[in-house]
This record gives sequence, C-alpha cells and structure tokens, in this order.
Amino acid sequence: MAERMGKQTSRLSRPPRVESFAACVGKKEGHGPLGSLFDEVHEDDTLGQKNWEKAESALFGAAVNRCLEKANLKPENARFLLGGDLLNQLAASCFACRDLGIPFLGLFGACSTMAESLAVGSMLLDGGSADRLVCAASSHFCTAERQFRFPLELGTQRPPSAQWTVTGAGAVLLHEQDMAAGVYPAVTHVTVGKPIDFGVTDANNMGAAMAPAAAATIRQHFYDASRTVDDYDFIVTGDLGRVGSELLRELLKKEGASLPEKKHIDCGLQIFAPEQDSHAGGSGCGCSASVLCAKLLPDMIAGRIRRMLFVATGALMSTTTGNEGENIPGIAHAVAFERMEA
Amino acid sequence: MNQQAKKNQWYLELVQKLTPKSELGKCLLRSFWVGGVICFLGQCLLMTGTGPMILSREDAAAFTSIVLVFLASLLTGVGVYDRIGKYAGGGSIVPITGFANSIVSCAMEYRREGLVMGVGARLFQIAGPVLVYGIGSSVVIGLIAWVVEVL
Repeated sequence: MAERMGKQTSRLSRPPRVESFAACVGKKEGHGPLGSLFDEVHEDDTLGQKNWEKAESALFGAAVNRCLEKANLKPENARFLLGGDLLNQLAASCFACRDLGIPFLGLFGACSTMAESLAVGSMLLDGGSADRLVCAASSHFCTAERQFRFPLELGTQRPPSAQWTVTGAGAVLLHEQDMAAGVYPAVTHVTVGKPIDFGVTDANNMGAAMAPAAAATIRQHFYDASRTVDDYDFIVTGDLGRVGSELLRELLKKEGASLPEKKHIDCGLQIFAPEQDSHAGGSGCGCSASVLCAKLLPDMIAGRIRRMLFVATGALMSTTTGNEGENIPGIAHAVAFERMEA
Repeated sequence: MNQQAKKNQWYLELVQKLTPKSELGKCLLRSFWVGGVICFLGQCLLMTGTGPMILSREDAAAFTSIVLVFLASLLTGVGVYDRIGKYAGGGSIVPITGFANSIVSCAMEYRREGLVMGVGARLFQIAGPVLVYGIGSSVVIGLIAWVVEVL
C-alpha cells in the first residue's frame, strides 16, 4: 500500500516501472530540435484522415500501439488505458480507444493530462487493481485551434506570449514492480495538484495562468516528501513556455524555494526552435507527453537523468466560461521518476 | 483588501512585467502599408469602373467590392490570406477583404460538419458580431437622422 505523505503526496510502496514508451508527432515537431528522437513523425498532419479530429485520434492510437509493440505486447495485455486530450468529450482518445479495445478511463486535466494519467495509473498499479496499463495523452494544433481559437485560414496575429499547440501524442506503458533485471525508470512519488487561480484572464498567455499551479504543486511536493530541488537532477514542467517558466522561477524564489535555471526543463521550450515561429513555446497535452517519451525517459535509461520531477501543467480554460468572464485557473500534477537498477 | 487579492495583484503586475509586448512600431508600419495597398487597389478598381467601364459611381463601388471580396476569398481558399493576416494584422482585417476572409475561413473550417449544421450554422461565427452591430448601429443612426429631419 502506498504511504500518504503530507496533504497531497503519495509514496508508492512498489514503484511501478516504465516498461516502454512511444511518441508520435506531426511535421513541425518533426522538424524541431527533437525531430530525430520521436518514434514516428507524420509529414502529413491529417494522417490520411478526412478530418482533424480523426487525425488526432489516429495519432493517439499510433502512440499507444507503438508503445505496446516496443514491449512486444498487444492491446489485450493492458488492463487499462488512462488518458485524454483537449477536445470536448475527450473525442480524440475516446475514439482511439474504440478501435484499441482497451478498458478506458478518460481523464481531463487540460495540458496536465500526461502527469495526471501517470499519477492515477501508478496508484492503481500500486493498489493492485492492474498489473500493466497504458498512460497516454495527445493534442493536435488544428483541433485545438478550432476548439479554442479561430478557423485555421483566418488571418490573425498572435501576440508574443501565445504558444503553439503541439501536434503529438505520447504513451507510457507502466508495469507493476517486479524484480526483472535491467535498468528502468520507476514512479516513486505522486503529488496531485489543486486548481490554482491567480486572476489571469488572458487566453493568449497560458504560461502565466499555469505558473502559479506549477509553483504550488512543486512546493507542496517538496514539503510533503521532505525533499528539495537538490534531490532532483531536473524539475521538468509541461508547457509553461518562455513567459511561464520565468514566472515559475520568480514565484518559487518569492516563496524561498529557488529553482536554478540549469535544473529546470520546460517541455514547451524543448520541442520547437525559436525560428519555428512558435512564439513563447509549445503547449498542449501532446507537448509534455511527447517530450517525456522521446527525450526524458530515454535520458533516464541512458543514465543522463537519475531522478526527475515531472510536473505537467494545464490551463483550465473553456471558451464558454471565458466569455462569461471567468478567470483561467491552472493545475499541475507532479510525478517523481527514479532510475532503478535491478 | 484580502490576502488573495493582494497576491493576485502582485502576480498580475509581475505577469505584465515579464510578458513581452508586440512591437507597436513594426506592427503599425506593416498594417498601414498592406492596408494602404489594398485600398489603393480598391481605388484603381473604382476608377476603372467609372472610367473605361463607364459605370455609374454606385455601380463602380459595387464592382470594386465584388472584385476585392472575390480576390480575398480566392486567397483564403488557396491558403495565402492567413499568411498576409499574420504579417499585416489589422491592415488586412479592416478592409472588406478581411470580412471575406472571416466568412470563407469559417466555411472551410466547418465544411466537414455538413452543409446545414456546419457551413450553414457557423458561417458567420466571426463576422456575425460585425453584422449585428453594424446593422444595429445603422438603424439607430437612421432613426436619429429621421428625427433631426422631422424637427
């Protein structure tokens, strides 16, 4: 049984191991700095489908299938699939699961979904409800633009603080701990975040909406687990972007838990190069999911990272509540990965 | 002021400080030269209408609008107008070409949801507010003009 630490953290008694992982992305991501690391780069953003929703669904399915294939497993070997995306009614992941046939728990955490699925999945495994499950998340630039912004062909300008939704999906296969030999990352701690509202209303500044939630979850994790920044090689945030990353460091500094720039990785700043016209960086569930699966987990296996805190961040915005004058709260969930050698 | 409100204020000021601003000079320059070119094109069309085509002033104006709307719709359809808009901002939104772009882009976006509930229902998603308040305010102005005339 997991040990409850403080108010929001659980330490897993049998840390689930990461058995395999896969990341599939679109063209722009494939041409970015991490291009060669992804399992699949789809040069055609429609993935041969007749609409964008189907395309995102196909991307989600591709990541899950690829992840299972890499472990020589089939969909029926997974007890659950936990995941989600940014669309209403989780359209992309629901329809992908219709085809995959894996028992499905749909999760919505805006762009924090990857950490949320890993958190819930790890607790399920530790509790014994599953032996093996898949955690996944996806986003697609074209579906997100339609849902949250404007038609694609509308001639508008984006302010410098705007972020670019990543077309990508990532899937992680978690397995209950066993003593099999090898080197693998395992999930040791989980900190579930609260929605935090600091009064941000600008939908073109998601980083600012999410930074307070990231700061709150990171601080709570340190407090609950009696850890500090020094216990980790890296603190990884999901998609704070350039503006949000700076705000996070300022917020933590104010609260006496400084986060040195060299120990902070933001997935939104990793996935695109500045000349790719992504303004403040990448965003979307697929951003943290694909960077985790393409770069961070391989880095852990290679020994370049021994321990990291993966904090995916989401802006809980809806176009309806936005029009009704509601603020944009942020949420962040933290999952601690540690490299195990058995 | 309670503590949370104070904290929010501190935070929002910090956000303001750390958020990069659009470069106003560059944006204005770009929107004025592109907007100017569009208007110049319109003027040329108008003069072609009243001159060589021997149209009345009113017909020439309609001719100008038709050509500009057609060109903007075509450029939207082939995926060029959004690039112009990204470069020029207000310069390509304010003229009638921007209006055409807002309608055609919606038609393209929602075509996949069908001709009735997709294109039909959502064609004016962007242009709708302009129409509602444009027509609404013209009614108000018309009434004022009528009252002034009667008095």
